[in-house]
Amino acid sequence: MLTVRDLSNRVLQPASFRVDTGECVAVQGPSGAGKSVLLRAVADLDPAAGEVRLDGALREDMTAPEWRRRVTYLAAESGWWSDRVVDHFADPQRAAPLIDALGLPAEALGWPVSRLSTGERQRLALIRALVQEPRVLLLDEPTGALDLDATHRVEGLLRDALDRGMGVLIVTHSPDQADRLAKRRLRVEAGQVREA
Amino acid sequence: MPLIPLHYTDLVLAALLLLVNGGLSVRLSLGLERSLAIAAVRMVVQLSLVGLVLKQLFALESPWLTLAAALVMVLFAGQEAMARQERRLVGWWAYGLGTGAMGFAALVVMSLALTTAIQPDPWWDARYAIPLLGMVLGNAMSGVSLSLNTLTAGAVRERAAIEAQLALGRTLWVALRPVLRHALRTGLMPTINSMAATGLVALPGMMTGQILSGVDPAEAVKYQILIMFLISGATGLGVLIATLAAARRLSDVRQRLRLDRLTLRE
Repeated sequence: MLTVRDLSNRVLQPASFRVDTGECVAVQGPSGAGKSVLLRAVADLDPAAGEVRLDGALREDMTAPEWRRRVTYLAAESGWWSDRVVDHFADPQRAAPLIDALGLPAEALGWPVSRLSTGERQRLALIRALVQEPRVLLLDEPTGALDLDATHRVEGLLRDALDRGMGVLIVTHSPDQADRLAKRRLRVEAGQVREA
Repeated sequence: MPLIPLHYTDLVLAALLLLVNGGLSVRLSLGLERSLAIAAVRMVVQLSLVGLVLKQLFALESPWLTLAAALVMVLFAGQEAMARQERRLVGWWAYGLGTGAMGFAALVVMSLALTTAIQPDPWWDARYAIPLLGMVLGNAMSGVSLSLNTLTAGAVRERAAIEAQLALGRTLWVALRPVLRHALRTGLMPTINSMAATGLVALPGMMTGQILSGVDPAEAVKYQILIMFLISGATGLGVLIATLAAARRLSDVRQRLRLDRLTLRE
């Protein structure tokens, strides 16, 4: 589904790999090795040389917003551009079941962003991306601020998405999480990406 | 009624007021006496030089010299607008963008003023062109530097919010809109405020000057209104061009946020 060939920039050495339909690939490596840089480059948020295709279509053949809607990056630190949570969802109705599934109260949509904890932000940002149903989700430590229960709920939601055919590239520091979700792993060290 | 000429002794007497300020600064240890003295000396020297230059310019009546003086003013305005930036675009853009925007805005507004409203003979008569340009440029410079500062600071501060929207597939213009609006508003606010308050509290310097030199207040007011429109026109145009161009420069063909094109002032 997603094929990456010789993707490189100031930080990354040329990297080649693929993520198949319904497949989860874990990205691991020490802090500062270039894991986020890799995800941002795939999402076309930073300039990078190389060839990235989705279902055979070159990303340069579609507009950048079209590409990012299909191949969506979720930063470790979520960004919010409006005062209320609900303003960040094009269709709040569709978010409601996911909010429930992640153990957040239904009223959370009506809250101001300022009262959200880091963990609540992280989960709501994930929902925000999931309801748009991208083909590939690029997750940057999506459970970094969550306790074990919430982590398992997020993983359950991700497994559902994988079953529906979504591809997932997930940066995680937890080997257990990688074991639970992914069959394949990429190892990133000093900008070098290789299949582990 | 002829203008009452000032003697140098009159100026010295007025300068004593500055000594009062300086004394206060020393007494209250505000640490301002040095900057106060330097600013006062700069003011006297710069204005005296400008007086000499203008006198020559008026006497020579050369369109080329007038144009050269106008160009130098635009370049200085660009320099000053750049010096006020906390974060600058890298490379030539830091200087070129503000200078270009102000130069273009001033050109449009001055052409309009000199060919329609005022129509001096000849149209490039330095006696009209240069002081008008000075007022227009000074205000455009404040607006442009304010809006550019607000834009770059906002883009850096709101980076997570902007990139979150980009990552979800929104266009850059949508993601950048709040920052852009804030920058444009900030750049135009001083001009709007000065139009709203003028006459009630402060009498504008140019109008005061005309009245002091014996012009009928009603005529002076008409001139002042014209100037205010010219100023707001040039500021609006300059701010718009500079802000949109800077926003464009902070992005690229793939609608990324390119904060790597900014450097902090060292």
